[in-house]
Amino acid sequence: MSVNVELDIDKCQGYANCLIEAPEIWDFDEATNKAILIQEYPAEELRAKAESSARGCPAQAITVVVD
Amino acid sequence: MDKVVIVGASLAGVHAAEALREHGYSGSITLVDQHVGPVHDRPPLSKGALSGKTPLSACVLRPESWAKEFAIDYLGGRSVVGLDTDSRFVTLEGGSRLPFDGLVIATGLRPRPAPWLPAGTPGLHLVRTDDDAQRLGDEMRSASSVVVVGGGFLGLEVASTARSLGLDVTVVEYESSLLSRVLPPELGEWFANVHRRNGVAVRTDTAVIGVQESQPGLTVRLSDGDEIETELLVVALGAEPVTEWLTGSGIEIDDGVVCNADLSTSVGGVVAAGDVVRWPHPETGKCVRLEHWTNAVEQGRHAAGTLLGANEPFRCVPYFWTDQFDARARFVGWVSPTHEIFVKSSHEDSLVVAFGDRDELQGALCVNEPKELAAMRRLIDQGTAWSEVADGDAKTDNVPTTDATRTVTPNEVGGMDE
Repeated sequence: MSVNVELDIDKCQGYANCLIEAPEIWDFDEATNKAILIQEYPAEELRAKAESSARGCPAQAITVVVD
Repeated sequence: MDKVVIVGASLAGVHAAEALREHGYSGSITLVDQHVGPVHDRPPLSKGALSGKTPLSACVLRPESWAKEFAIDYLGGRSVVGLDTDSRFVTLEGGSRLPFDGLVIATGLRPRPAPWLPAGTPGLHLVRTDDDAQRLGDEMRSASSVVVVGGGFLGLEVASTARSLGLDVTVVEYESSLLSRVLPPELGEWFANVHRRNGVAVRTDTAVIGVQESQPGLTVRLSDGDEIETELLVVALGAEPVTEWLTGSGIEIDDGVVCNADLSTSVGGVVAAGDVVRWPHPETGKCVRLEHWTNAVEQGRHAAGTLLGANEPFRCVPYFWTDQFDARARFVGWVSPTHEIFVKSSHEDSLVVAFGDRDELQGALCVNEPKELAAMRRLIDQGTAWSEVADGDAKTDNVPTTDATRTVTPNEVGGMDE
């Protein structure tokens, strides 16, 4: 199983919810006020956190694809 | 179970429906809401969608194809007026019945009306639905003044949006400080300063005692004897749970639907989720109700699991946000005006405050400091002792700033009740 996290940077509005939900996967650029995806393919153990970050994004900028 | 009815196409209701399908439930799902048309996400309704910067069409919670994709029967424009828990059906306005074997209550809140103001007064606005935001936004774009009654999150966001559109804005707050349900007075004052700096007139300790129609708008009479002429009046006095339809149903009601730890109600096969829920705090056991976006998402999902038999207690680290002018404020954990606070840093354009209770770090407020917020969240998860936070021993990623660093005890900040 692979977990693929995608960020639509144009949709990102800098809520930082993702950073709260999954700091292993996300960082934050305070200059641009946008999220930074640091783990595009996180380990399977992080799947639930990845999905929480997608769910918790009010801008619906995050997609998680599990194959 | 093969007939689930969800009352309320709210954030919680939508997530409950999706989670039912994710858990493999294959029976029918009927989602009923009095609102006609697509379900909108609410946070933009007091910000971008109100100013017109973000079109309402961009604030739709789910696309039109959603109901079909999840095999959901969406009944928009239908009000639910009653619940029979013996024969297990909900009654729609007009008398028709929807039978169920599982029910999700997700009816949320409605704005609390102003007792001193008759509904239908010209220029009067409440803000809750997409229609409300559309109407107020349209009028704001051609008006030059607004009085906002209520210095809570909604009122302050509306004030910020109105000011950014160039209106003269006055915020009238009955309590002695802004955001007093959540923050101690000095933090309310920090937000008041943000507003004053941006040209908003902030009047605390002031009540509205009457409103009269005048030309071309309204005259608002205040408790201190002043009168303000304004074109628009926004009432933002908080919101109350929508539960009248549950009267006599056997569902326990007390400022919301009283739930068990797993979000089940006093009636079997009936769960609740979102703003309408009052459930026992996982640590103190005291019943709480949260009006947060993230809570509605997670409770919707959790209630679906409970309906299908999971029956786990709902635990959460609350998270919510508010954007006012350039202040992007984020709250994590449990925050109360009666908690002890530790101001880690305080500047005109940023703020980091920890909240402690029962000798533990409970929550934090970070304005324009997203990385501090993530660090605070980690410390909350770890159950950090309050003494470590207040002594500066708890390590966060960022270098602590020392100006304005101190602790304040509840007595010093007034010890208000929630």
